[in-house]
Amino acid sequence: MTRPEISKFVAPKKPEEMPTPIAKAGFIIEKNAGWRNLRPVVNIEKCVNCLQCYLVCPEGTVYRAGDKVAIDYDFCKGCGICAHECRPQAIVMIPEEE
Amino acid sequence: MTGYQDFICGDEAIALGVKLARPNVIAAYPITPQTIVVEKLSEYVEDGSLKSEYIHVESEHSAIMAVLGASAMGVRTFTATSSQGLLYMVEGLPFVSGGRFPVVMMNANRVIAVPWSIFNDHNDSLAVLNLGWIQMYVEDAQEALDMVIQAYKIAEDPAVSTPLMINLDGFVLTHTYELVDIPGQDLVDKFLPPYVTTNKLSLEKPMSVCIGAGPDWHTEFRYKQQTDFMQIGKVINNVDAEFAEMFGRSYGGLVEKYFCDDAEAILVTMGSVTSTVRAVVDKMRLAGYKVGLLKLRFMRPFPLEEMLSLSDSVKTIGVLDKDVSYGFEGTVFTNVNSALSRKKCSPATVNFIGGLAGRNISQNNFEDMFLELLKFDSSSTEDRVKFINLRWE
Repeated sequence: MTRPEISKFVAPKKPEEMPTPIAKAGFIIEKNAGWRNLRPVVNIEKCVNCLQCYLVCPEGTVYRAGDKVAIDYDFCKGCGICAHECRPQAIVMIPEEE
Repeated sequence: MTGYQDFICGDEAIALGVKLARPNVIAAYPITPQTIVVEKLSEYVEDGSLKSEYIHVESEHSAIMAVLGASAMGVRTFTATSSQGLLYMVEGLPFVSGGRFPVVMMNANRVIAVPWSIFNDHNDSLAVLNLGWIQMYVEDAQEALDMVIQAYKIAEDPAVSTPLMINLDGFVLTHTYELVDIPGQDLVDKFLPPYVTTNKLSLEKPMSVCIGAGPDWHTEFRYKQQTDFMQIGKVINNVDAEFAEMFGRSYGGLVEKYFCDDAEAILVTMGSVTSTVRAVVDKMRLAGYKVGLLKLRFMRPFPLEEMLSLSDSVKTIGVLDKDVSYGFEGTVFTNVNSALSRKKCSPATVNFIGGLAGRNISQNNFEDMFLELLKFDSSSTEDRVKFINLRWE
């Protein structure tokens, strides 16, 4: 459950610094969650640590904070798959403004 | 194994060249007149004389995608095709070149449909001229074998890292036999060390290859591809010189100039027909005509400097095109004219279109072309694009 850190993009200044169309894998240069309307919230009391949410998240935003499941809101798009799949219903989707 | 001589066809010369270059992965789909190449290579893999992964694919599209994937793993690859098969590969060709993978491909030049035909002309390879591949045209089976070995050295040079297409005239070269010198494996291994690259997928250093780029960076990637490509000519010349030193044969780099220095009229040719023109030049020179031959060995990179350094004695240049870009003229003619337009005193140019679908062009035809060039009136307004050998006047 290691997520790539946000890296600083250093723009090539001259033609010799241009790479071929190849880049370090997992090279993330900015946060990307701006279009989320609903936000998943984990109720740790109900969570049984089955990690189904981790397996189904298409964006890889579920991670472990200590021994608890947490969600990286910098990249979560709010699709709701984790809440839909969570059998103990420990994840609920709430409106972004709440 | 030491070198030897054998009486072989152009396709087998290509296959033997590939065997000597030891590619790790081969994926190709058979098509006339390239078939012998894939038959021979699969035999070499089967009998163990070539240690290579031979991937049987269901189409040319799969063949180019398979070698793209293999090359992205950082290994030496080979594919071969012709005509409609090359066109079926088109989607993959710019992936290979844009991704900067040094795949080597043999293309047996053949008509593209319709009218359907299996015989030779250059409409297939010239249709994909703009897709970022180095394009080489050879004159005989010996050059075909030698250029396979040179091709890997050129394409895999870190400054080049660009795929290369070796074009071989269908039937005229692929299926005719000649005595060919086959160099020893030790010498080839010395000339061509294994391929090493950082442009690859690896678990130790995970990379994304063939990445996307939008309005913000796409132009810079293209600028790099173009500026790198414009330097490839130097590598080609160096590799040719190094090859000559080791194997005793030289082809002259991007072009071969034959009696061009004091010529008044020059014919520009590509591929097998060059041999006929060379004989005609010999004959006409003996009769006192100042004629010369410029053999275009590469269409990309285009030999701009070689065109600009043509002597001012040259009054007229004829370009033989075995292709037509419908609605304008022959593709080679367009390229030659563009280069010559940068010259201070640009010679007059005439386009001869012929040899389509393998129609013969005889020595007499070339003599007529030279005589027409020698008496050409540059103020004439007649059409400069002429089909030769038509069935009517």
